[in-house]
Amino acid sequence: MLLNFLIQTGRYFVLLKRVFSKPEKPVIYYRQTMREFVFLGLNSIGIVTIISFFMGAVITLQTAYNTENPIYPTYLIGLGCRDSIILEFSSTVCALILAGKVGSNIASEIGTMRVTEQIDALEIMGVNSASYLILPKIIATLLFNPFLTLISITVGILGGWIAGTMAGVITSEDFIYGIQYAFIPYYITYSLIKTVFFAFIITSVSAFQGYYVEGGSLEVGRASTKAVVYSSVLILLFNVILTQLLLS
Amino acid sequence: MIKVKNLCKSFNNQQVLSDISVIFEPGKTNLIIGRSGSGKTVLLKSIVGLHEIDSGEIWYENIIFNQLDFSARKDIRKEMGMLFQGAALFDSLTVEQNVRYPLDMFTGQTNEEKVDRVNFCLKRVDIINANNLYPSELSGGMKKRVAIARAISLNPKYLFCDEPNSGLDPITTILIDELIKELTEEYSMTTVVNTHDMNSVMKIGEKIVFISDGIKCWEGGKDEILHSDCDTLNDFVFSNALAKKLRSSSKQHMA
Repeated sequence: MLLNFLIQTGRYFVLLKRVFSKPEKPVIYYRQTMREFVFLGLNSIGIVTIISFFMGAVITLQTAYNTENPIYPTYLIGLGCRDSIILEFSSTVCALILAGKVGSNIASEIGTMRVTEQIDALEIMGVNSASYLILPKIIATLLFNPFLTLISITVGILGGWIAGTMAGVITSEDFIYGIQYAFIPYYITYSLIKTVFFAFIITSVSAFQGYYVEGGSLEVGRASTKAVVYSSVLILLFNVILTQLLLS
Repeated sequence: MIKVKNLCKSFNNQQVLSDISVIFEPGKTNLIIGRSGSGKTVLLKSIVGLHEIDSGEIWYENIIFNQLDFSARKDIRKEMGMLFQGAALFDSLTVEQNVRYPLDMFTGQTNEEKVDRVNFCLKRVDIINANNLYPSELSGGMKKRVAIARAISLNPKYLFCDEPNSGLDPITTILIDELIKELTEEYSMTTVVNTHDMNSVMKIGEKIVFISDGIKCWEGGKDEILHSDCDTLNDFVFSNALAKKLRSSSKQHMA
């Protein structure tokens, strides 16, 4: 098992070396990257928005019900909602959701290309298939996912405000005061740094799973599942490491 | 010319090809024949470098291909065209974009020149008014022809076809065979075709190599194949009922 882990890790880094080699025709890579911006980035805005809105709402209501104490000022509900969303939810939870959506998409797309010999066809032409297929996806997610995080933060806080005021657990003024109170701009930077790391994990791990598929449609499905599971575990692991490094 | 010398290939300690040596001549349709699982596809993929070989040499003219690294192989790969068993067209691209892809990637041609070349190649394989269709909208035979158009778009010196007739009806099979033969002669390409279809062997086979259990058992021309002493080859060639009947009646006639 350890040997297999070492072999797979080695193959992953060998693949990365091929991915980051010099592109054959930059203009074609540019076009591919634009395509990936749409498929992996723009198409994820919907799910990120919906989940962020409801998570923001739930965080506000949960904080309100768990801090029902006259000692605590109610604006702390807004503060709690803001910090939970910025520090953890918008970067980590959104990354886990994207690992499911984008990760499985990447693994199944590349895996299908492998089993239908489309990757072999690229290799025969002299194209570096690893770079051509994976590099645009990595660039697109590295550049676009921070925007998704910013959208998530905005919509999450908005969801918290709407839910909190509609449920009557906090006034609009208190919530707005709370989200402004003791604001540390570095938290946004911290969240965006984590997002970039997670974007790289999701794309590279999922692409790795798809690129080395052997067999048929069943194996493509398995690779897709593995992509989600391994990406999620690595996201959680790196979340701990990055939190310690960036906030300690 | 492609020369294979003492090629050996194994997967997980299981020997798939043993000591294969063969020369594929230019301007000819060279056929690799054998039963399913005999190692034909592994041999073809080893020749084009999709499988790394355990030992032996693969020569393209006077260059030992298997000793080159990925970037050094690129120059030779640009002279290769390959037709895969399932056509391997890019699903996300239209017919025109598929054929144009090698031109975009490796030439500095203007848009007009590329369009002309794409239309020429598609016309050559008899694909008309299908430029904007996606592979999922094409029949099996059309996919194969588009794949041939893509393979010849850069005027390759070497054409490889892996089971070009699999899954096709007899009439389309004949059309594809004729197309491969015509293109080989027209462009003086070194063409290597993997097949187990005896109709193709008799129609286009100029040089035939028979592989059985990873070993080269026989090589020769289509005129010699019917009179071979190789029992394994005879079992393969005369495997269908009609061929068996013809052979026995021919023997009786000779007697």
